[in-house]
Amino acid sequence: MTDPTAAAAGSTATRDSESYVIAAEHVEDVVAKPGKPRSLASDAWHDLRRRPLFAVAGSVILLLVIVALFPGLFTDADPDLKNLAHTREPPSGDAWFGYDLQGRDVYARVVYGTRWSLLVGLGAAVVTVLLGSVLGIFAGFAGGWVDGLLSRIGEIFFGLPFVLGAIVILTLFRNAGVSGALPIVGAVVASLAVLSWPVAMRIMRSAAIAAKQQDYVKAARALGARPARIVFRHLLPNCLAPVLVYATIALGAFIGAEATLSFLGIGLRDPAVSWGVMIADSRNFVRVAPHMLLFPAGFLTVTVLAFVMLGDAVREALDPKMR
Amino acid sequence: MGRYVLRRLLQLIPVFIGCTFLIYVLVWSIPGNPFAGMCGERPCPDSFIAMMTDKYNLDDNVVVQYFKYMGNLLTGDFGETFSGLDVGELISLRYPVSVRLALVAVAIEAVIGLVAGILTGLRGRGFLDNLVLVSTLFLIAIPTFVTGFVIQILLGFQWEIMTPTVSSEANWSELIIPGFVLGSLSMAYVSRLTRTSIAENKRSDYIRTALAKGQPQRRIVWVHLLRNSVIPVLTFLGTDIGTLMGGAIVTEGIFGINGVGRLVYDGILSKEGVIVTGVVVLLVLVFLVINLIIDLLYAVLDPRIRYD
Repeated sequence: MTDPTAAAAGSTATRDSESYVIAAEHVEDVVAKPGKPRSLASDAWHDLRRRPLFAVAGSVILLLVIVALFPGLFTDADPDLKNLAHTREPPSGDAWFGYDLQGRDVYARVVYGTRWSLLVGLGAAVVTVLLGSVLGIFAGFAGGWVDGLLSRIGEIFFGLPFVLGAIVILTLFRNAGVSGALPIVGAVVASLAVLSWPVAMRIMRSAAIAAKQQDYVKAARALGARPARIVFRHLLPNCLAPVLVYATIALGAFIGAEATLSFLGIGLRDPAVSWGVMIADSRNFVRVAPHMLLFPAGFLTVTVLAFVMLGDAVREALDPKMR
Repeated sequence: MGRYVLRRLLQLIPVFIGCTFLIYVLVWSIPGNPFAGMCGERPCPDSFIAMMTDKYNLDDNVVVQYFKYMGNLLTGDFGETFSGLDVGELISLRYPVSVRLALVAVAIEAVIGLVAGILTGLRGRGFLDNLVLVSTLFLIAIPTFVTGFVIQILLGFQWEIMTPTVSSEANWSELIIPGFVLGSLSMAYVSRLTRTSIAENKRSDYIRTALAKGQPQRRIVWVHLLRNSVIPVLTFLGTDIGTLMGGAIVTEGIFGINGVGRLVYDGILSKEGVIVTGVVVLLVLVFLVINLIIDLLYAVLDPRIRYD
């Protein structure tokens, strides 16, 4: 921190003399204050609130989160109560969605299954985005051989076929004897994240490379800001938008992927009964008891739809070209 | 151009080795006794274990094992399963079926997706546009296995239009419906990509210039607009061929197609590591090479892009 004083003094000379800018840290605050219209984020938020797509998707997701947190509010039935007298009964006044093979209430199971499906989607999206964006911003900022190495590693994981890779990883976990609801969720989250972080990394990397060329980054560097500060204060806020859009859509996609893996018999299993597990259970009885497939599949579709719509709405709000 | 191709080919090598090594380690380092339950109720005889350990080089370090395996592979020897079947032969029987399925899927998604995208992109807002947007949203949201299931039940069992499962020969005509299911997700992406691409290019300067010079409408649309708009779609379709050739495990499972996806799925469940690694090596190679070709095609289709 030797030159910033000189550099900053040079820049203050053009501004009012009362703003004493000594270190590079203060420059940005001063520039940000005077009546700037709106930041990209608040502009996007303004735009979002007026979109019907956002309102619909947002309320569906809010409702699903409430269902996931407090399933007891929505049903009095016990999702694990078995009554073989009711086996595969179609929907009726007692059980809106009918009963499954072992005489359990499908509606109660769908309601209690919400939390597992959402948990996998959320967990996988968070891990993917964290891992991908940390590596991506690092690769984009550092450039050179670091970028080359990280990009090649990303390509290796990207080259693995998705379903196939997930099956192999999950078989590994299963043979290692992972059991209990949360560890199983963890294994599924890990396998999804391991195979999809390169996508988040690519998005973040290209955003970071583009942002690195901008004048404000050059200015910060000229003022002597350390690399960590440039990355966290300047690059990160400006690169976050595309990754967040990806994360929203990926969250929905991960819920669908979990269902696919559960359908193949290697995703979630017994203590963690998600919609995918219920669909897998129904596969041999689809012709005689279609309600066992349709209701969990319907919930699954609506959830994925809500997240994809939310991602679309956010992307359109953030992209000025689309207006 | 030549140097670019060479550099890309050299870059393929570490990625290929990394990918296959990763799968090799994952498949062969499964904890526990690899022979558990392989000889029925009784433990395997020592002579069998010794033979198998020798056959798959299980005593070596995993890196040495990998290079011995790849060495055999380069001479065309895919190895043998535990029961002595030749893996190369298994793959050569199954792979044509998977390739056919992937081609059918890509053809269907290209035709329907492009037509829907072009129509909505040219017309702009309206009933058709909303219809396509909503239906593509649903295609994206419904998982492939649910689409497959519902179509199988409706067409196969209820209305009896098709046979619910595909015969072992897997003719082209039998693969149309499974191909539709497999391609349905990408179909949605293709139509949306085409639509936004056309909508963006419609406002570009060169279209305005063409209009201003008084070119006929037909020439503006077909020569100026479509040729430029279709480039990103073609690259997406190319990448999709690479993905679909390896990603058909679910579709092949539902319709009972004897393709490479089922082969590898059964291989994982029965812990036949040789099958899994053999198939994955092939799939990764196909995926990487197709992606390389797509990148090169980019320069051919869009003369503004130059590689040097």
